[in-house]
Amino acid sequence: MTWVSQLVQKPWVWAWFGAVSMWVIITGVSGFGAGGQVMSAAASFGTFFVIVAIGQMFVITLGPGNVDLSIPACMTLSATLAMKFMNGDPDLLVPGFLISLGVGLAIGTTNFLLILFLRIPPIIATLSASFLYQSTAIWSNRGLRVKPPEVLGDFAVAKVAGVPILTLVVLVVTVGMAFLLHRTRFGLSVLAVGQNEKAAKLAGIRVERVRFLTYLMCAVFASVCGFFLAGFSGGAALNMGEQYLLMSIAVVVIGGTSVAGGYANLTGLWGASLFMFLLVSMLNTLGLSAGYRLIVTGAIIVAVIVVSGRKLAR
Amino acid sequence: MARFLTPKALRTLLPALSLAALLAAIFYLQPRTMSYFGLNLLLNLAVPIALATIAQMFILCVNDLDLSLGAFVSLTACITATWLNDTPLLGVLALAACVVAYGALGALIHLRNLPSIVVTLGMSFVWTGIAVLILPTPGGSAPEWIRTLMTLKPSLVPFPIIASVVIALVVHIGLMRSAAGTVLRGAGGNPKSVERAGWSLLRVKVTMFSLAGLFGVFSGMALVGLTTSADANIALRYTLLSIAGGILGGGEFVGGRVSPVGAVIGAITLALAGSFLSFLRLNPDWQIGAQGAILILVLALRLLVSSRERRI
Repeated sequence: MTWVSQLVQKPWVWAWFGAVSMWVIITGVSGFGAGGQVMSAAASFGTFFVIVAIGQMFVITLGPGNVDLSIPACMTLSATLAMKFMNGDPDLLVPGFLISLGVGLAIGTTNFLLILFLRIPPIIATLSASFLYQSTAIWSNRGLRVKPPEVLGDFAVAKVAGVPILTLVVLVVTVGMAFLLHRTRFGLSVLAVGQNEKAAKLAGIRVERVRFLTYLMCAVFASVCGFFLAGFSGGAALNMGEQYLLMSIAVVVIGGTSVAGGYANLTGLWGASLFMFLLVSMLNTLGLSAGYRLIVTGAIIVAVIVVSGRKLAR
Repeated sequence: MARFLTPKALRTLLPALSLAALLAAIFYLQPRTMSYFGLNLLLNLAVPIALATIAQMFILCVNDLDLSLGAFVSLTACITATWLNDTPLLGVLALAACVVAYGALGALIHLRNLPSIVVTLGMSFVWTGIAVLILPTPGGSAPEWIRTLMTLKPSLVPFPIIASVVIALVVHIGLMRSAAGTVLRGAGGNPKSVERAGWSLLRVKVTMFSLAGLFGVFSGMALVGLTTSADANIALRYTLLSIAGGILGGGEFVGGRVSPVGAVIGAITLALAGSFLSFLRLNPDWQIGAQGAILILVLALRLLVSSRERRI
């Protein structure tokens, strides 16, 4: 039984265990048909959670105080500007996507410059800057929902054998990111900075450059997520990023990444994303009212953190 | 003159100076606000924000961060507008339970060495959930005595100003001037030495979180006194406002460096930022953005001042 005890040691196991148990409960209550449907939906929605969570994971891994609170504003701004520019025209898809990328690059750079020059904790820097991004989005959007080009909408919901194409793409990206994290100079630098910033600096790692690239990456992931989410949900809305702030942090932490920094885990991100979506679906299946649903969701997030707390605090 | 304007004094004065500058600009743009009635209107909603900012400050003081404060204030507002109004005893018990729950959270975070950001994030769901159960649709009504208190019209000085000064002074004396307050702040500055000196860090954390819960309750009550009804999402933006206000008022993220007077001033500054914009006839779309810009501006000024401080 050593493999069991070895498996339990893995930080990502709990998220997957949670996701599978949620699915079993749903299938048990409403049958295999519903179980299949909910799995497909979980893959669709979970994919968006994973995209933002990858960026947030790299940021959180940099160490205490490193959290990007500007993710929702970044998603909204990127989606709004891109959808407005394309205005439903499929020919403008590529420039629209470039605009979205540009928003991500600009926001990531702004965030980093604020952290660097104001010498304030990243939480405060990204928080104050997110007010500005959100305002820009409100100003340019004016409460309208600009429809995405049909191609984008079709792509965002397209499926191959029941699996959303976007999910497959993000799976490949996840593998790429795992390579980036564990096998490249940049990824190892992120881990080193998170474990001990001083030691990393003394070892010759250019800490500020690593930090810059990390925040840049996080913002780009958020803006790309906003772009596709707008395609998926039929347009950019001002509140589209709202739940992604809590989600990105919750998914990273439940997925087994250390909040204290220095230890990251990509496998857990998928488990945690599916878990978070299936948890809400399960509570829906059980017919709980909105209030109880929120309470149970919150209680489970806290419980997971308490149970895995020892590992987080290492 | 130059002797008094040392960088250190400037740093302490910075929050007050920012507020004064903002007020002067508002008076210039709209002279009619420079009256009893005008100030009352301008500053009314600053009172609950100031209370929430003080709550956040207690948490910041022990190197934690509360991302659930807005949801918590919404919950206490819902309890105030329903149970406290209909069955006062039940209401008081429920609000007391809220404070105890906050203290318990502090204990949990300390004992298991958990990241407060994630725990409070999870708790924000719980608070909102309970609030939705208590008050599924917006409504309820403010208890008469809170309504009377919040709409007091004392002669000469408007109530919001008196309330802000009282809040700031009470917390200042309790936290900055008392022996117990020094220990509480010390636990944020150097937990190890406070523990070595024989104080229980657990008790410090529980005390600070309970105080935060208490001021969160006050904030919800004050808010209902002004709005006369509540809903489950009424104060969600207080989470970010309270963090921003605490930092604006001179608080630091680590090391137990906080300032109650500054926190109240910071909260008022943020509350006024919105009015300022509407007097400028600027697009209301930029209201949130202006709060962000003010925050960045003040942080930049603070950096300027403290870099001079180091040079001298």
